[in-house]
Amino acid sequence: MNIPVHKYDAVIVGAGGAGLRAAIQLSEAGLKTAVLSKVFPTRSHTVAAQGGVAASLGNSEEDHWHWHMYDTVKGSDWLGDQDAIEFMCRKANEVVVELEHYGMPFDRLDNGKIYQRPFGGHMSNFGERPVRRSCAAADRTGHAMLHAMYQRNVKANTQFFVEWMALDLIRDVDGTVLGVTAMEMETGEIHIFHAKATLFATGGAGRIFHSSTNAFINTGDGLGMAARAGIPLEDMEFWQFHPTGVAGAGVLITEGVRGEGGILRNSSGERFMERYAPNAKDLASRDVVSRAMATEIKEGRGCGPNKDYVLLDITHLEPATIMKRLPGIREIAIQFAGVDPIKTPIPVVPTCHYQMGGIPTNYSGRVVIPQGGDYNVPVMGFYAAGECACASVHGANRLGTNSLLDLLVFGKSSGETMVDDIKAMPASHRELPKDAADLSLARIARLDGQKSGENVHEVRLAMQRTMQGHAGVFRFKNLLAEGVEMISQVEERVKRTEIKDKSQVWNTARTEALELENLIEVAKATMVSANGRTESRGAHVRDDAVDTPEHPDGRNDQEWLKHTLWFRDGNRLDYKPVNMKPLTVETIALKKRAY
Amino acid sequence: MSLTQEELNRLRWRCVRRGLLEVDITLEKFLDEKFSSLNDEQVQVFVELADMDDHELWGLINGTLEPATPQEAEVLAMLRK
Ligand SMILES: Cc1cc2nc3c(=O)[nH]c(=O)nc-3n(C[C@H](O)[C@H](O)[C@H](O)COP(=O)(O)OP(=O)(O)OC[C@H]3O[C@@H](n4cnc5c(N)ncnc54)[C@H](O)[C@@H]3O)c2cc1C
Repeated sequence: MNIPVHKYDAVIVGAGGAGLRAAIQLSEAGLKTAVLSKVFPTRSHTVAAQGGVAASLGNSEEDHWHWHMYDTVKGSDWLGDQDAIEFMCRKANEVVVELEHYGMPFDRLDNGKIYQRPFGGHMSNFGERPVRRSCAAADRTGHAMLHAMYQRNVKANTQFFVEWMALDLIRDVDGTVLGVTAMEMETGEIHIFHAKATLFATGGAGRIFHSSTNAFINTGDGLGMAARAGIPLEDMEFWQFHPTGVAGAGVLITEGVRGEGGILRNSSGERFMERYAPNAKDLASRDVVSRAMATEIKEGRGCGPNKDYVLLDITHLEPATIMKRLPGIREIAIQFAGVDPIKTPIPVVPTCHYQMGGIPTNYSGRVVIPQGGDYNVPVMGFYAAGECACASVHGANRLGTNSLLDLLVFGKSSGETMVDDIKAMPASHRELPKDAADLSLARIARLDGQKSGENVHEVRLAMQRTMQGHAGVFRFKNLLAEGVEMISQVEERVKRTEIKDKSQVWNTARTEALELENLIEVAKATMVSANGRTESRGAHVRDDAVDTPEHPDGRNDQEWLKHTLWFRDGNRLDYKPVNMKPLTVETIALKKRAY
Repeated sequence: MSLTQEELNRLRWRCVRRGLLEVDITLEKFLDEKFSSLNDEQVQVFVELADMDDHELWGLINGTLEPATPQEAEVLAMLRK
């Protein structure tokens, strides 16, 4: 078969915040750069980010990168690598000011400086009191960011391949990465993108869960491609959940609803938070509320035919109050839960929001794997940045506004590293292996030829329900063990998916089947990693790792202060040390994470 | 305006891979349940709506933004149901 080959210095998969930031670096250095995206760049999921981006500019009050670093290490429950965290926090001001120069319309103070607001977990003076550190553009921060960086790329002559789906990573016998295969949606044709340096910036994989705040596009393609190419995935047990997503739909209901007097109830109408948090009740912190909800559901007090959600009740509030203070929420409840919250409580569940783990990288954006006793050996030609990567700055738990920062800092640093690496390489590309496209072609051929196979939507739903029920916000030893079994069974079904529509052009059914092959890798990695880690830390909380004087909050630093690495081959786990040594300052010493 | 199968397939992809989850869910449901009952003029309006930025389209659907024409208002009303 004759496969078209496109040669570039650099190929970037993903045109969200991370991919666009890296592309600026490469194109402005005069390198021939291609960016592939499943959707038009400004429709990437970064567009959903509202809260802002963290940087210790100190525009409204005193602030320091070292304080930001402390907050990030503590937020990560000490699982973040302190070299990468120092790097990110020190670079924050630079990348935010650059973004301002690209034309980002930040909110401003009267004196013209960028306005900053407070955000959970960001404190001054090493955890003393909240500090204003988040920079935003109204409630459209992600949107404004994408537009500013897209324009900059157009000027710099970045070549965009819009509505192209990367399918597989290409590696030669030495393991060097030489680019990707990709499918053009408009024709259904497979092409090869041959590159000296390849960056994955494919975003998160939140669609592995039944309830997710993530848009449909977050199918973890970069993680699936990496795993199929033999690259391990790091810390995949760590997912951040939000307590109140609309059951079934996932759309977020803000904390403000409980602030206005909203009450959570179980199947017998009981206000169950009174049992879990007698003082704060429904206003307890996100993780406490999420875990209480999960316990009610697990113990059979959930609502609905499957007993798999609880109710957020605001029917006792005056309709006028709801209309006035919570109009957006009423709209969301009507649209996505089919109930008018003035009359009927809203079904809600703890909902997956952000992926802390990903493709292992160092702070220069290089993908690193264990080899011959060294845990961080770079994979030649391969880089990753943004939510699909694990640098690791978020460790076991991300602070809000740190992920937009992550994609700016590591988008830029990976771009810089790629520029240096490409300039140090010979002028001609390394030779493509003969079988460069074979894996992708075989996957497509299998799908097109499948007879009496499985339905993609049904299998995806089975995966999502398994993940939600067995590796949700609160994890139970026996459910995890069962979950490992169940997800392997789902994997067998993924191998046999069948599509009725075999057309070549804009075949969404085919694309969704290919996406499912990526999702299942992430689902397995998550379930197996979560089953393996027998402590509680950050977002990973198990019923059998409880609070004791020796192991506060169930965290066991003697045994578990280490990163998980999951390998697709053999579905096996390995571990690597956390880097506790920052670049220039003292280690931020282990402590109980308490606010 | 009636769409070819190819245009229809492209429209589906552009409706179910959006930047905002709210828009994904709304458009997917609409395509599955109501799209086939639209007349030519309504199809044209829907195609234009689907081309918009996510925040703009969601604002129109949830009523925080005003539709530009009565035709747009009519299709938006169907999207909201
Ligand atoms: C509702 C919501 C609100 C949030 N708010 C905030 C906030 O206020 N502050 C904050 O810091 N963080 C926030 N986050 C998190 C943050 O938005 C994301 O972590 C971040 O935007 C991810 O950016 P990215 O560049 O890594 O990926 P994305 O923006 O998701 O981009 C991924 C890109 O990869 C492309 N792609 C994927 N697979 C393929 C493939 N196979 N082939 C070709 N292209 C592919 C996509 O088309 C897309 O262009 C929020 C998240 C959500 C869900």
